[in-house]
Amino acid sequence: MTAATPVKVAPPSAAPAANSIDAVRRIAKDIARPNAADVDQKARFPEETIAALKELKLMSALVPADLGGAALGFGEVATMCETLAAGCASSGMVFAMHQIQVACIARHGLSSPGLVKYLREVVEKQYLIASVTSEVGVGGEMRTSIAGVTREGGRYAVNKDATTVSYCEHADDLLLTARRAPEAPPSDQVLVLLKKGDYRVEKTGAWDTMGMRGTCSPSFKVFAQGPEDHVLPVPFADIASHTMVPVSHVLWASVWLGIASSAVSNARAFVRQQARAKPGTVPPTAVRLAEVSSLLQTMRTNVHDVVSEAEDLMTHGGTDALSSISFALKMNNLKVAASQLVVQIVNQTLLICGIMGYKNDSPYALGRHLRDAHSAALMVGNDRILATNASLLLVLKED
Amino acid sequence: MISEIRQILKEHGRLATDATTLADDADLYQAGMTSHASVNVMLALEGHFDVEFPDAMLKRGVFASIASIREAIEMLTAGRTA
Repeated sequence: MTAATPVKVAPPSAAPAANSIDAVRRIAKDIARPNAADVDQKARFPEETIAALKELKLMSALVPADLGGAALGFGEVATMCETLAAGCASSGMVFAMHQIQVACIARHGLSSPGLVKYLREVVEKQYLIASVTSEVGVGGEMRTSIAGVTREGGRYAVNKDATTVSYCEHADDLLLTARRAPEAPPSDQVLVLLKKGDYRVEKTGAWDTMGMRGTCSPSFKVFAQGPEDHVLPVPFADIASHTMVPVSHVLWASVWLGIASSAVSNARAFVRQQARAKPGTVPPTAVRLAEVSSLLQTMRTNVHDVVSEAEDLMTHGGTDALSSISFALKMNNLKVAASQLVVQIVNQTLLICGIMGYKNDSPYALGRHLRDAHSAALMVGNDRILATNASLLLVLKED
Repeated sequence: MISEIRQILKEHGRLATDATTLADDADLYQAGMTSHASVNVMLALEGHFDVEFPDAMLKRGVFASIASIREAIEMLTAGRTA
């Protein structure tokens, strides 16, 4: 066979993404993982990992190309979250939460010149953005606010008492939900960009938690005023259903998948080491490993499938598809399923590794995985999500 | 039909303002209707007018105002013999 086979050239847009995913893999292995235990123990921000991601310009991964961003797809960013979280779940979650904020501005803020200018700055300066959606007194309901935005003379002003603001003290800027106006009903909300210098915060609590300790998410009082065009020009209701909720569920699920994969890889290493000690016999733990590997595959298939469907809809689908009940249901189902599977999988790996998984100073240690995994069902409580789905199912018709 | 829609909104919309005095084109979400309340409004409308909103019509815009709700119901009941 001498006929020349055409060389398959990847489309130009695919090349940088593949490179960045490889680079993130190296960051996960060389920086995030070696620091994960320290980040967890001290509940400290994973600054070295975030600094390395900034160097790769990945804070602007979702900024459109014409503003200088990498314009990566959600699928690529999801893979990055998964990869990072396998090294350090807190790092993966910080990265995921930042990308959610960028996605909201990039998809809903482009008609505001102030926000376009801001996105260019994100590209140039690699700002880290934190989210202030929580509030004291609303009982964890993101679609309800007490704080309201006042506007006067081209300026906004808003004060908010937030229950948890992840990496607040390490972020440059904040994205905050509030009522459109103080007299607006609680569900009539807007999203506001609070730029460094436009706000100050007062820490009102601590962050000493079971897991996800490196996200550093205490409670804060936030006081802000700034230019009015930093208020996103679309109702938060649309931003939430078209972008914030689907992107959150997709990226969170990817982080949890990273935790699960990492736990299973500890278990596999443990079983291999047992097998090597007694060649010719299959260690009894190998059956449990087979079982957990099937669970992991279920989780991975579910996450990847919904990620690619969400990416497709968010790239090509109209607002009708994004506001459809079936899309909301699917995104919520992913969140609930992935958050349950991650705990189930880590539990199983603990049974495989036994005392070697239980000990914190062992190479097979699983304590951090287990504690991090338990955050999944709580960040937007599964019961709340199931209640939403229950009411959506009352009106959904079969096709 | 408008007054029936207003009545349903009054009972199930949990609006911050009185549904009977609201303008036909007023934004119901700005009037305080939550997405949870909008599900109850849909169910009540389906029951009252004996219609089923197909999935394609189950979106925010359709339930945004009294006028848009009327339009949707008229579309669903069109061609029905009284």
